[in-house]
Amino acid sequence: MEIYLLLFFILILAIFLGLELISKIPSTLHTPLMSGANAISGITLVGALTLQTDGTLQMVLAFCAIAFASINVFGGYLVTNRMLKMFKKK
Amino acid sequence: MMDFDFTMLQQIGYIASAILFIYGLKMLSSESSAAKGNMVSSFGMLLAILVTLIDVINPLLMLSAILVGGSIGAVFALRVKMTSIPEMVALFNGFGGLSSYFLAWSEFNNQTEISLVMTLTYLTIFIGGITFSGSLIAFFKLSEVLKNTSNFVNSASRWMLIFGCSFALLCILQIVLNVSGLLILEMDLIRIIFVCFLIASLITGLAFVLPIGGGDMPVVISLLNSLSGIAAALAGIIITNTALIVAGCLVGASGLVLTLIMAKSMNRTLYNIFFVGYAASGSSDAEIEGEIKPITAEDAYLVIEAARSVLIVPGYGMAVAQAQHVVKELGDLLENNDCEVSYGIHPVAGRMPGHMNVLLAEANVSYDNLLEPKDINPKMGIVDVAIVIGANDVVNPSATEQPGSPIYGMPILEVYKAKTVMVLKRSMSSGFAGVQNPLFFKENSRMLFGDAKESISKLVAEFKE
Repeated sequence: MEIYLLLFFILILAIFLGLELISKIPSTLHTPLMSGANAISGITLVGALTLQTDGTLQMVLAFCAIAFASINVFGGYLVTNRMLKMFKKK
Repeated sequence: MMDFDFTMLQQIGYIASAILFIYGLKMLSSESSAAKGNMVSSFGMLLAILVTLIDVINPLLMLSAILVGGSIGAVFALRVKMTSIPEMVALFNGFGGLSSYFLAWSEFNNQTEISLVMTLTYLTIFIGGITFSGSLIAFFKLSEVLKNTSNFVNSASRWMLIFGCSFALLCILQIVLNVSGLLILEMDLIRIIFVCFLIASLITGLAFVLPIGGGDMPVVISLLNSLSGIAAALAGIIITNTALIVAGCLVGASGLVLTLIMAKSMNRTLYNIFFVGYAASGSSDAEIEGEIKPITAEDAYLVIEAARSVLIVPGYGMAVAQAQHVVKELGDLLENNDCEVSYGIHPVAGRMPGHMNVLLAEANVSYDNLLEPKDINPKMGIVDVAIVIGANDVVNPSATEQPGSPIYGMPILEVYKAKTVMVLKRSMSSGFAGVQNPLFFKENSRMLFGDAKESISKLVAEFKE
């Protein structure tokens, strides 16, 4: 049980860090920031890679979890990159 | 011993990737470093994936899943048009939530007995499920497959939402009671309840987003984005993975910040946006005085040709007409004509936060020329012509003049203070908010009816003659 308390501790700190980190964003960047953050939320991919795969159902679940997270990660980063390449100052 | 080394290496890798994510996000919030920031954060992700891949149970299955998902994502991302970005982001976001949903489901199946951690499994499924089905509805609404729903559907949805949330609460309570021994259910029964819970989570997401109108989508997408992060963080606790917790929380928090910014730019509370909607939040029976004064493209040309300073205010209409490139062309012609051109961008113009900025960036407009309401409003009096392109609610003077109006108090671009306002609009229909716009009836307003792209193309053609 102690490990979970420790993890909760990390959770709380990370939330506060996140709030501080992005308190001021120019509105120009709202879309790329959201899309970039969205790509980061594909981090579930890392968790999905550690899933057990005994039995058909578990295999299907793991496959789906990985595949959908991969769409999120790859698609998210690429589309953000495409957007940001357009932002130019003249 | 080998096992231990792998875990150690993974943990160190996760710490490094957490640092990269933090730096990446930090850099994403400033224009000059944003592109690099995205790269930094993607390296963090690559690192986290690689150290995890060192030691997986079923490499073939895992790699093929990554390949399938990765190529689908890449094709979508590289093919999508810039005007369709909002729905694309919504869809990707939904898939992230769905992944957490499957992850938690799989973890549940591994459990042979009930424990308190299972409440987190339930919570992850609930939030992941809402994120997925909610984002899916947002996707359909944004791509205009799904139009605004009837009152009956709306109130039915709100009841479903209440029902879904209560059911979820009961399911989680059931686990707590089981753990504490106050209630003893067979594992088989718990599994049946679990399946119902899986379905209920998805329905709750549908019921949540279905009644929310298109104009409020920027807020909804931000919130769903935040939820997908929270789902990932909770999933991280279940499987005791620090990378998921840190990255998930960062996303959850950043999404929340954006959501609050959006709500503030509309001067509405989150409760009002999600559970009330515009229609019910007051009436606007005030009589509008004045008359509509249409103008032809030829006359419009004469007006802007004589102007020394022009403010262009784009809205969703510009996105629909895909007019960003001709807008830029018009802007350039005006500049060559010794006219000062700037762009007034309202934070909630369009269908997602910063939607207009992306489109104008695509058309090569320098971001230095994009001004927020607080920067441009004080200077509005010296603007010769404000050209409003398919924007409505964000330039509606009722927000400052009519205390009874549903949008009263919303910070707007005060274009009515400009010497002349030219409004490009398809018809006289009201905006998403369903509120009449007195701007169109003002003495200094001229209406140029028609498709935004066609109208501007005509102006450009006049200039070139």
